[in-house]
Amino acid sequence: MTPASTGAPAPSTAGGAAGGTDPVLVVEDLEVRFATDGGWLTVLDGVSFSVGRGETVGIVGESGSGKTVTSLSVLGLLPPHSSRITRGSVRLDGVELVGMARRKLEAVRGDDISMIFQEPMTSLNPAFKVGDQIAEVVRRHRGGSWRSATARAVEVLDEVGIPDAARRARSFPHEFSGGMRQRVMIAMAMACRPKVIIADEPTTALDVTIQAQVLDLMRTMSREHGTAVVFVTHDLGVVADICDRAVVMYAGQVVEQAVVDDLYHRPRHPYTAALMTAMPQLTGRSGRLATIPGRTPAPGSMPAGCRFHPRCAHAVDRCVDGDADGRVEIRELAGGRSSRCLRVHELTLEGTE
Amino acid sequence: MPQYALKRVLMMVPLLFLVSLGVFALVLLIPGDPAITIAGENATEAQIEATRERLGLNDPVIVQYLGWAGSALTGDLGTSLFSNESVSGAIAARFPVTIAVTAAAMTVALLIAVPAGIIAAVHRGRWPDRLATLFASIGISMPNFWVGILLIIVLALMFPIFPAVGYTPISEGIGAWAHNLVLPGLTLGTTVAAEITRQLRGSLHDVMQQDYIRTARANGLRGGVVIAKHGLKNAAVPVVTVIGFQVGFLLGGSVIVERVFGIPGLGDLAIRAVLQRDIPMIQGIVVVTALVVMLVNLAVDLSYGYLNPKVRQG
Ligand SMILES: Nc1ncnc2c1ncn2[C@@H]1O[C@H](COP(=O)(O)OP(=O)(O)OP(=O)(O)O)[C@@H](O)[C@H]1O
Ligand code: SF4
Ligand SMILES: [Mg+2]
Repeated sequence: MTPASTGAPAPSTAGGAAGGTDPVLVVEDLEVRFATDGGWLTVLDGVSFSVGRGETVGIVGESGSGKTVTSLSVLGLLPPHSSRITRGSVRLDGVELVGMARRKLEAVRGDDISMIFQEPMTSLNPAFKVGDQIAEVVRRHRGGSWRSATARAVEVLDEVGIPDAARRARSFPHEFSGGMRQRVMIAMAMACRPKVIIADEPTTALDVTIQAQVLDLMRTMSREHGTAVVFVTHDLGVVADICDRAVVMYAGQVVEQAVVDDLYHRPRHPYTAALMTAMPQLTGRSGRLATIPGRTPAPGSMPAGCRFHPRCAHAVDRCVDGDADGRVEIRELAGGRSSRCLRVHELTLEGTE
Repeated sequence: MPQYALKRVLMMVPLLFLVSLGVFALVLLIPGDPAITIAGENATEAQIEATRERLGLNDPVIVQYLGWAGSALTGDLGTSLFSNESVSGAIAARFPVTIAVTAAAMTVALLIAVPAGIIAAVHRGRWPDRLATLFASIGISMPNFWVGILLIIVLALMFPIFPAVGYTPISEGIGAWAHNLVLPGLTLGTTVAAEITRQLRGSLHDVMQQDYIRTARANGLRGGVVIAKHGLKNAAVPVVTVIGFQVGFLLGGSVIVERVFGIPGLGDLAIRAVLQRDIPMIQGIVVVTALVVMLVNLAVDLSYGYLNPKVRQG
């Protein structure tokens, strides 16, 4: 569609091409609408990305950009009556999940793909022992006796670093700290060895030191078992730290996609660049997204043309018009990256080291 | 857990003491002189005095209370002022009947309320919920005796499916016993069903919005399991509380329903005792009813420990 970048040659990294040749998860042109008082509003607008086998892909963006909605729609967990996937496709290992019968989808969830949530304090059922909650998932997908499922639960609890796992399996969630509960969540998600795990800000609610431990754990688990991870975060530092590739979202769209090193070295979308400037030193895990002047637009009042233009330092008149149909299409660039910017070939944006 | 249970049981002791005080004070509050009532309107002053002496009414109040409470602890609640029946014996004969009516009503209530509450909670705001809510408001606003009379007219007189009145002891056959309990159970159960539906609808709906429900779904648990296991166990605490309250309501409600259906239960006995100012009988009925209500509350409290593990530590 667009000729390859004419700027400085993009630093290339192996495995960059959109999940490589063997993607395990392919999300294509996803459009999601929510019922609101003002009618059905489009919240996700043509979201596409893919995840290679064993790859860790970060989804970054400000609050309200649609990261959680994207994650939930991949698993078919959106609220059934107030939301709708109106277009697009989600393929897990070649199997289409959009429109799949509820019973079949339930069998896939927790087995081939599972999810970890932001709030460890409220994401485990307070009325059941943690070992039983994990064993229930194992039995659901693997069958067998309670005894063998419980043994498996103890095994994964041990794997995620819960000390004295056999005893702790008989404890209730309120008897664990936040960090330990998040380990339990990871154990539950990993119990059936899924191909893909989606982690929606799994460390945001935790103390900084605990955050680092949980990130290490996720990295280890993913490496050891070849699990692909979709890591949703506000935190560009975390993306630099543990992700192979990054998907940057803004206002319900993917605006840039690249291998992490390329993205940081040379962003190709002004929004990505602005995120990096707002977060001066990319050191460690302390780099949270600081604010970019202006506000994220709300669904239903999206700016015409490029959705970022009211806040973009590089905006020109034609950014308001967009491409032929009044939107800005995503542009495929060399090195397997892409950017949703009209001026992508005119601009040279500052990255970080 | 055993510690928690023990604590709850011990907490009943001061409560029982208060109830016994209140029950005893009934004697002082009931208008008229029981001695006159018993000796008869035409009795002479001497006869009345003799009666008073016989009943121990001349003793100091404290002595009277200790005497009464002491016997009550051994299960002796005195003798009826009118028949020479022992109060404990009369209650023991009637109580199983009232328990049966209460159990029938609670069974009806749960059979209606659990499915209705679940459907309403899961389909909140859509037509199944509207329908359940409508029936719940109708159920709550209909007086029991009226429902009872209506049921008798339709299901006993127009279509004689169930007997209109009477009671068959369980010893004469479970079938006949249950058959007799259907209409009283329906009569009393509808209001209770409505209350439980309302509570279950609200609390289950709240629970279904919780993060851990999403976790259960994200791990592939079946929709039905998520609702029936993960949802209900968490939604149960306020529902069980309401069920506990409703047992008290049912014991009270049985007074009317036993009248309507001619059932020889505790309610029937209570009405007679009040009309006759049969004070020992009234005291006995109140004490036994209070004890039952307390035991139900104890069961409710203990269920909290099971339903909500956090309570056990407290
Ligand atoms: N249930 C819902 N009904 C209506 N709109 C919703 C609903 N859930 C999300 N949205 C809208 O979808 C948009 C994207 O929300 P989403 O939660 O995906 O953002 P996010 O990127 O995850 O943000 P955050 O970083 O705060 O978690 C927001 O504008 C939000 O208002
Ligand atoms: S299209 Fe225009 S407004 Fe949008 S990001 Fe590019 S330069 Fe900025
Ligand atoms: Mg989110």
